[in-house]
Amino acid sequence: MSGTPSYVPKSAIGKWFESRLPIMGLVHSSFVAFPVPRNLNYLWTFGAILAFMLGAQIVTGVILAMHYVPSATEAFASVEHIMRDVNFGWLIRYLHTNGASMFFFAVYVHMFRGIYYGSYKAPREVLWILGVIIYLLMMATAFMGYVLPWGSMSFAGATVITNLFTAIPLVGTGVAHWLWGGYAVGDPTLNRFFSLHYLLPFMIAGVVGLHIWALHVSGQNNPEGVEVKDVERDTVAFTPYATIKDLFGVSVFLIVYAWFVFYIPTYLLDADNSVQANPLVTPAHIVPEWYLLPFYAILRAIPNKLVGVVALGAAIVLLAFLPWLDTSSVKSGKYRPVFRVFFWLFVACCVGLGYLGSQEVSDTATLIARILALGYFGFLLVVLPLLGVFEKTKPLPASIADAVLAKTKPAEAVAPPASH
Amino acid sequence: MNRLTTSILALALTAMGASAALGQDAEDQPKPARQSWSFSGLFGTYDQAQLQRGFQVYKEVCSNCHRLSIPFRTLADPNGPAYSEAQVKALAASYQIVNDEPNDKGEIFKRAGTPADIFPPPDAYPNSQAAAAAFGKAPPDMWLLAKARKYERGFPWFVFDALPFDQYQEMGADYIYAILNGYTKSGDAQWNAYYPGHRIAMPQPIVDGAVAYTDGTPAKLDNYARDVAAFLSWASEPTLDTRKKIGFRVMIFLFALAILLYLTKKRIWSKLH
Amino acid sequence: MSSAVIENPNRRDFLFITTAAVGAVGAASVAWPLIDQMNPDASTLALSSIEVDLSPIAEGQIVTVKWRGGPVFVRHRTKKEIDDAVNTPLSELKDPQTDQARVQKPEWLIVSGVCTHLGCVPLGHEGQYDGWKCPCHGSVYDTSGRIRQGPAPLNLPVPEYAFLTATKVKIG
Repeated sequence: MSGTPSYVPKSAIGKWFESRLPIMGLVHSSFVAFPVPRNLNYLWTFGAILAFMLGAQIVTGVILAMHYVPSATEAFASVEHIMRDVNFGWLIRYLHTNGASMFFFAVYVHMFRGIYYGSYKAPREVLWILGVIIYLLMMATAFMGYVLPWGSMSFAGATVITNLFTAIPLVGTGVAHWLWGGYAVGDPTLNRFFSLHYLLPFMIAGVVGLHIWALHVSGQNNPEGVEVKDVERDTVAFTPYATIKDLFGVSVFLIVYAWFVFYIPTYLLDADNSVQANPLVTPAHIVPEWYLLPFYAILRAIPNKLVGVVALGAAIVLLAFLPWLDTSSVKSGKYRPVFRVFFWLFVACCVGLGYLGSQEVSDTATLIARILALGYFGFLLVVLPLLGVFEKTKPLPASIADAVLAKTKPAEAVAPPASH
Repeated sequence: MNRLTTSILALALTAMGASAALGQDAEDQPKPARQSWSFSGLFGTYDQAQLQRGFQVYKEVCSNCHRLSIPFRTLADPNGPAYSEAQVKALAASYQIVNDEPNDKGEIFKRAGTPADIFPPPDAYPNSQAAAAAFGKAPPDMWLLAKARKYERGFPWFVFDALPFDQYQEMGADYIYAILNGYTKSGDAQWNAYYPGHRIAMPQPIVDGAVAYTDGTPAKLDNYARDVAAFLSWASEPTLDTRKKIGFRVMIFLFALAILLYLTKKRIWSKLH
Repeated sequence: MSSAVIENPNRRDFLFITTAAVGAVGAASVAWPLIDQMNPDASTLALSSIEVDLSPIAEGQIVTVKWRGGPVFVRHRTKKEIDDAVNTPLSELKDPQTDQARVQKPEWLIVSGVCTHLGCVPLGHEGQYDGWKCPCHGSVYDTSGRIRQGPAPLNLPVPEYAFLTATKVKIG
C-alpha cells in the first residue's frame, strides 16, 4: 500500500541479498509496516489464531504420520500405540484431534465475523471466496483425518459421506467405487485418504497464502465498515500493534485449547470410535463431528436422496455467492438494525441445525430441522437480497478515526467538532 | 455486550426448547448414576490399590471371556497398578504365547510370555467368532471399554460436563459400574437395568464373594464393580496421571503468558492517541 | 528521588523482557515433546533385552540372533579358534584388545554383527583368520571379532550380557 515506509537493509550483506531476493522487504511490508485499521476488535485476532492452528495441525500431523500405519488391520492398534507407547504420543494425538475442533471453532467465529461486518463486500469478494475454498478444503481434510483411526464411527462416516456420491444420476455408483477402490470402504480407501489427508493441509496453506495476499491488496475491513481514508489517522502499523494484540488473542485461545487437550481430551470424541471398525456392523447412532452437524441435519431433513445431497452442497457453495446475495451497500451490521436481527436468527438456525444433527431422527426433529433449514436458505437467498432494498440503515461515521474518537473520548468529540 | 448476552440467551432457549420438544429419554432406561472416582477432577489420579484389586477381578472373572489387549509390562506402570517388575515377569510367564515366528523346523510354537507380550485371548475363545458362537455376540476386548462405553448425557448436561470444576469425563466407568450392578431382576440372569433394551448377552458375571480380596476390602459386588471399572479406566487411558500433571503446569504457564501479553499489549497501545 | 522518572522506562523494559522470556521458555518447552517422540518408544524399549538358549548351538557354529533390531553373533568357539584368538600378539591388532577382555567364557563369543565400517553384516567363517569378512568393503575380523584388515576402524563391539544359567544368556 502506498504511504508505508519501505524496507531499507542496513548491512552491506542485507543490501546485496535484498537486491537479489527482496524477501525481507516483502515480510516488512506485509507484517511490519502494513497499515491496520485502528478500530479492529478481538474478533479480528481469529485470523492469526487460524494461521497458528494450521501450523499446529501440520506439525502434530507430520509427527503422527511418523507412527501411524495406514492399513485396515493395523490402523486402530497403531493409534493406540501412539497413545500408549510413543513418547508424548498421547499429547501429540490429543493436540491433533482436539486441534481439528479448535480449528473449526476458530473458522466459524472468523466466518460469522465476516458475515456480521460485511467483510465479503467489494473490494473483498475474492478474499471471501478464497476463504470459502479454504473452508471446503478444511472439511475434506477433517473428514479424511477422521477416517484414519479406523474406529467404527470412522468407518461409518467414510461410508455415509462417500455414499453421498451415489446420489449422482447414472454415474453415482461408479464414482463411489472409484472413491473406495473397491465395492465398499476398505484398505484402498484408507490408504488414499491417508495420502490426501497429508496433502490437503499444504493446499490449504497455499490458499491461505493467496487469502493473505488478497487481504493485503484490499486492506482489512473493520467494525465500522468504512474504508481507510487517511492512513495516518485511521490506521496503525501491523507491528507492533496488531502483532501484540494477535499474540494475546492466540494465548487466550491456547488456554481453551489446553483445557480440552489436558482435562477433557475425549469430550469431543465419539465413544464408538474407541471400537475398531467392523464392516459388518454399523454403530446404533451415527453422528459426524460437531463441526459438520448443521449440514448433516440439512441432509437428513430432506426425504429425497438427490435433493438432500444437492441441498447439502448448496448450503456450503451458496456462501461463496454472499458478496452478490447481500445487496446492501452498508458493510457493518453495526449500522444495519434489521440485518442484525436476521443475522442472529441465522446463527440460531445454524446452532439449532447442529443440535438436531446430533439427535436421533424423529418426526418432531425432522420438522424442526426443515424449519431451520428453510431459515438457513431463507437468510441467504431471500433476506439478504431484499434487505439491501428495504432496510433503513443508520448513518455511517465519516471515518474510522472519528468513530474511534467518538467512542473513547466522547467528551472531546462533542466539544469541538472536526478539530482533532 | 448487552446485545451479545441477549443473543446467547436466545440461542440457549431455542436449543432448550428444541430438546424439550424432542424429549426422547422418556423410556424406562435409567442413566447410570455418577460415581465418585479417585481419577476424576483437576488433580485426580488412579488409586494403585484399587487398580490392583480391579486387575484381580479382571483376571479371575472377566478374563474368562474378555480379552485385554494391553502388554503385561504396562501393569508395572508407576502411574497404573504399579506391580513390581518381578511380579509382572511371573505373571507374563504364567501365560502361553504363540510365537511371532516359527522355530528352526518351521513350526509355529507356544512359549512362556514375557513382559513385552500382549495378554493372549481367553483360552476358551481364541477369536471373536468362537466367542460369538457361544454367546450370540462376541464379548468385547476390554482395553478400550471404558472409552467405548461413554454414554450421552444430552442437553444441557453435556455443556456443564466440559466446564472446569464439574468436568465430568468418567461416564465409561460409571456405565461399567452400573451394568455390573444392573442385574436386578431375580430369576433372569440376562436382564439388566442399564443395558439398552434390557436384554444383555452377558449373563450376570459376578456376585458377592466371587473374588477373595487380600487387602481387607469387603468381598462385595459393589466393590468388585467399582474396582474393575477403575482398572478398565486405567487400561483405556493409562496416561491420565501424566496428562493432568503436565496439564496443570501448562495451564499456569498459559495464564501467566496471557496476562503478560495483555499488559504488554496495553503498554504498546497506550502510545497511541 | 527521581524514581518516577527512572522507574517508568525500567518497568517497561522489564515487562517486555519478561514477556519475551516467558514466551521463549514456552516455545522451548513445546519443542521437547516434538523431539522426544522420535526416541525409541516404550514397546521398543521393552524388547531391549533378549534371552538366548545356548544348548542347541554346536561347537564351531555361529548363530545370529536379532537384538535391538540388528544381528548379534553367538559363536561356540572350538579349541583352535580360542587358541588363535588368545595367542595373537596385541602388536598385530589395529584396535588392541585381549581376547580375555572380550569374552566371559572362552568357548562363547558374543559380539555385535554390525561391521564398524559402515554397518553391513559380516559373513562368518570367512577371511584369512577364519573369523568374519564383511562383504561390503572387505574388512576382516578374527575369531575374537577383532578387526585385522580392511577399512573398519574398530573391533566388533561386545554387547552387555550375562549368563543366567550355564546354557542361558541374557543380552542387553
